[in-house]
Amino acid sequence: MGFVRWFHQLASPPYVYRLAGRLAPWFAVSGVVLMAGGGYGGLVLAPPDYQQGDGFRIIYVHVPSAYLGMLAYMVMATSAAVGFIWRMKMAHGLAVSAAPLGASFTFLALVTGGIWGKPMWGTYWQWADARLMSELLLLFLFLGYMVLRASFDDREKADRVSAILAVVGVVNVPIIHYSVEWWSTLHQGPTIARLDAPAITMDMLAPLLVMIVGFTVFFAWLLCKRLQGEILDREGRARWVEQLTGGASA
Amino acid sequence: MGGYAVYVWSAYGITLIVLIANIWAAYRRHAGMLVRAGREGRLEAPGRQPTVREIS
Repeated sequence: MGFVRWFHQLASPPYVYRLAGRLAPWFAVSGVVLMAGGGYGGLVLAPPDYQQGDGFRIIYVHVPSAYLGMLAYMVMATSAAVGFIWRMKMAHGLAVSAAPLGASFTFLALVTGGIWGKPMWGTYWQWADARLMSELLLLFLFLGYMVLRASFDDREKADRVSAILAVVGVVNVPIIHYSVEWWSTLHQGPTIARLDAPAITMDMLAPLLVMIVGFTVFFAWLLCKRLQGEILDREGRARWVEQLTGGASA
Repeated sequence: MGGYAVYVWSAYGITLIVLIANIWAAYRRHAGMLVRAGREGRLEAPGRQPTVREIS
């Protein structure tokens, strides 16, 4: 019963706005601390790779960015689906908030991957590579979702139509993950997410895991702030917003 | 950095710029919406007389 009540509360804009406001500072502090610690571990404490030398240190920003791009897409698609099925405006608001964050992390994954690729593969980009192309498609899905929304004046219609695109695009997420196994790619195979043991040693893996957690908490922080802005955009004339801004008493 | 410094630091630099831009954009949008909501709330406050600009 407690969960059902809490789930229903998530449909309440003032409840979600205040919850996001309370969580954001905690996510901000812990995210920045974890990223600083992980960055120090990756740049200073981790030993050079025996093949890639110090060039491998790019993975400490590349891998978390790529992971966050996919996580943000799943957050966007899942909340868009919840909004579509249960007509929950807050779920659509969450999807809208996740899209620009996901796009920026996917952009980072592509750019840092290209920078890594130049010294390791001899090229920044390879059009025939399945991992690179599916990651590029993820960026286009985020951008397409935002452009599609912007093309509608009616917000409810934008919510419904963009939710369909977001859900259909989910098929690309497993393709990104398994592309290095299904096809012969320039991109290396899985390093961490393997059924047996990770392919890197613990002193290299630990900072990477800290960075991944730090990036995730950082994403949660900005998701909260973006959601607060989105709620105000949708609820600008509501009584609780007037009370919040002091508009009614002015 | 064994010859990789330009690659490593440029990757970290771009990451830092994008992360800071994300923070700036999220807080700017929230602040902008707060200002807009406050302005709309004041415009619709009970008993308030409309300005000449609003009437025209």
